[in-house]
Amino acid sequence: MERNPDIRRDYVVKMLYKKYDVVVIGGGLAGLRAAIEAQSQGASVLIVSKLHPLRSHSGAAQGGVNAPLANNPDSKDDSPEKHCFDTIKGSDYLADQDAVEIMTSSASEIIYELEHWGCPFSRTDDGRIAQRPFGGAGFPRTCYGADKTGLYMLHTLYEQVIKHSIDVITDFMVTFLIVEDNTCYGLMGIDMAQGRLETIVARSVIVATGGAGRIYGKTSNALTSTALGMAIAYWAGVPLKDMEFIQFHPTGIISKHILMTEGCRGEGGHIVNKDSKRFMEKYASKLMELAPRDIVSRSIATEIEQGRGFVYPADGSGYVHLDMRHLGSAKIMERLPGVRDICLDFLGIDIIKEPVPIQPVQHYTMGGIDTDINGTTVVNGLYASGECACISVHGANRLGGNSLLETLVFGRRSGDAAAQYARAQRQKSYLPQSAINSLSKFYESHFRKIAQSSGKEKHIVLKKELQETMDRYVGIFRAGADLQIALDKVRTLKNRFKYLFAPATGLKFNCDITCHLELEAGIDVAEAIIVGALKREESRGSHSRRDFPNRNDTGFLKHTLCYYNPKGEIKVSYKPVTITKYQPEERKY
Amino acid sequence: MTEFRVFRFDPEKDKVHCFGTYEVPWEKGMTVLEGLWYIIDNIDGSLAFRSSCRAAVCGSCAMHISGERWNGKYRLACNTLIEKLLANGEGTITISPLSHLPIYKDLVVDMTNFFRHYESIKPYLIPSQTPPQKEFIQSPKERKKIEQSIDCILCGACYGSCPVAGTNPDYLGPHSILKTLRFYNDTRDTAKKERLSLIGNNKGLFRCHSIFNCQICCPKDLDPAGAISQMKMKLIFQKIKGLMGLG
Repeated sequence: MERNPDIRRDYVVKMLYKKYDVVVIGGGLAGLRAAIEAQSQGASVLIVSKLHPLRSHSGAAQGGVNAPLANNPDSKDDSPEKHCFDTIKGSDYLADQDAVEIMTSSASEIIYELEHWGCPFSRTDDGRIAQRPFGGAGFPRTCYGADKTGLYMLHTLYEQVIKHSIDVITDFMVTFLIVEDNTCYGLMGIDMAQGRLETIVARSVIVATGGAGRIYGKTSNALTSTALGMAIAYWAGVPLKDMEFIQFHPTGIISKHILMTEGCRGEGGHIVNKDSKRFMEKYASKLMELAPRDIVSRSIATEIEQGRGFVYPADGSGYVHLDMRHLGSAKIMERLPGVRDICLDFLGIDIIKEPVPIQPVQHYTMGGIDTDINGTTVVNGLYASGECACISVHGANRLGGNSLLETLVFGRRSGDAAAQYARAQRQKSYLPQSAINSLSKFYESHFRKIAQSSGKEKHIVLKKELQETMDRYVGIFRAGADLQIALDKVRTLKNRFKYLFAPATGLKFNCDITCHLELEAGIDVAEAIIVGALKREESRGSHSRRDFPNRNDTGFLKHTLCYYNPKGEIKVSYKPVTITKYQPEERKY
Repeated sequence: MTEFRVFRFDPEKDKVHCFGTYEVPWEKGMTVLEGLWYIIDNIDGSLAFRSSCRAAVCGSCAMHISGERWNGKYRLACNTLIEKLLANGEGTITISPLSHLPIYKDLVVDMTNFFRHYESIKPYLIPSQTPPQKEFIQSPKERKKIEQSIDCILCGACYGSCPVAGTNPDYLGPHSILKTLRFYNDTRDTAKKERLSLIGNNKGLFRCHSIFNCQICCPKDLDPAGAISQMKMKLIFQKIKGLMGLG
């Protein structure tokens, strides 16, 4: 299969209903790794993404990727087992232990592979991949390339996509999965460049669309990290798992909420309150600033609540300081040049000379599309990997540096599984044309309803209200009464969504229409988050209930599953956590 | 309040482009990108532009931005503060799309040609030996040689600013040559000769007229013009070595 540089133009002419073995939705790290693997298994592969793959939010990952390489002098005794234990303990024992074992045992090998493909990691003095300490880890285990690891990894994987001539369609927003008889046959979406609806038929589809951060207002996520990818699987009948577990990253800069990598603390940065006191000793005396993210975020929130933070006048929110001045300019320029630029650009602050005002911001969705260890969902031929999926390796709280690792390990596994499935289906016919046509018609009519809506509600107003609700009531600390307010509010929004004002016409790069669709997805996924949080009457990992401050293993050592119900309330069920070697115990740092 | 003058053009509907003007309220710390989103959310939802990370790392929002205080330049909308463009807190900010590329709509351009040139230089590592069991050994000093060029986010600001790219669509562009240097200087790569031959022609190195716009506008402070002159030197040395029978 030759790579066609003009694929988009070609596509318009003759690719209507073009068929692929595997179609990957999303061009971030998980999507690209899945595509490379599926192609190497002999499948015909297409990557569709609403952005060019290099614009994906994976590129904004800064700190690094975990693997027990033992390259750092302080990590001589590191091993996959220790990495596994740290991850499970970090997850507050909600992670499936078989999945974590798979991830940590293949970590080293998959990082070496990435290095062989050219990923420009920083180096130790003896020329090996450099590793830095990260939160919740027993050893310096996080492989890094300065503070731009995600960017380097994303470019490296895209370079392999070019090398292997994998087809890519950009500016294509997938809005609908064709699922019939519990089997996925392809997808439909908006080709934003051409301004039309398109259908792509596939033996199998991998959803790799990243997180849902933009449901929140204060988030480190890109503007494009909406919940749409999760929602299309959810609407197609796949449950969303453990959605109540939302990670708040301790160190987002005020006002813009852009991330200061955990590497800042890994390299020795301190978090101090308004009395210039390092308060983490009160909350995690051993690991201090390098405790897992849920603990550090809660500690900062507590300091602010108890009046030991600063107040940011623009929005009245509290903040504390991240102080890196003692690291010295040489170390900052070598290891943290990117975050220094961010502070200079957006706050006018030079981290070499001044502390940075930071506050916890929404950062990651531990939950997502329910999959097994191969990315398989309950719908035949539908797979998911990366942040949009929940396997679950992160459980109730993800350790920094494990998300990039997850994209590689489980991206590869889902690519492999999808290619195998497609091969097994080769003898069967694709979905009959008539069925596709009828589905297309259904979709078009559904779509026209949005396009021709004539109410008075503006999507920006609804979006702002959704974000404010989530920020205020579904944040770091939660309580039953607050969650109930949030749920009522989201259900009102769901109703008001029916009366949106008429968007601008046309489908060509039409923000009005894409915002409509993403808002609908956001509301539905937010509802799943709140319902899960309301029903989980315990505190575990990132989910802390003021009314239920303790972990309750007898009642809640289980995964929440939320099923979409177009006609009424979300259906909730639970499934057990896989425990192999490590029995749950008290989590202390 | 400031006035945004924004390039508007839909090739299917309009014969010529025009500029739309929008009153945008702003406060200290607000970026041009936030101003554009204000327009979509509150004034005109049909405006089209690309944006994603809003943290100057994804490269989506490169466009031409000029204000009262700064001359026009290709830059990222997301890390350009409105206050830096205005003289006394008021005035006009003018925004146009990247040049030399076909326009899909308003500020959104078709980057196909830009990426085709990038892909033509084989932008991936070509190692010779079968890879070692663990990682390739590369000293910090060796890695320093690629430190600059790996930071390129392929936003296209350099390409838009290059007059040569405007007059000759076949020109590989500053980004392609910077990326060539990235692999040429990587100690793990072994395709030096091939890389030189891919750009050592009248579509590549010798099409550059040393105008240095790319160096001035790079939002990541990289130096594509420097990369081009470095690669020219390497090519000349290789030719001389060839003539002397050493290559």
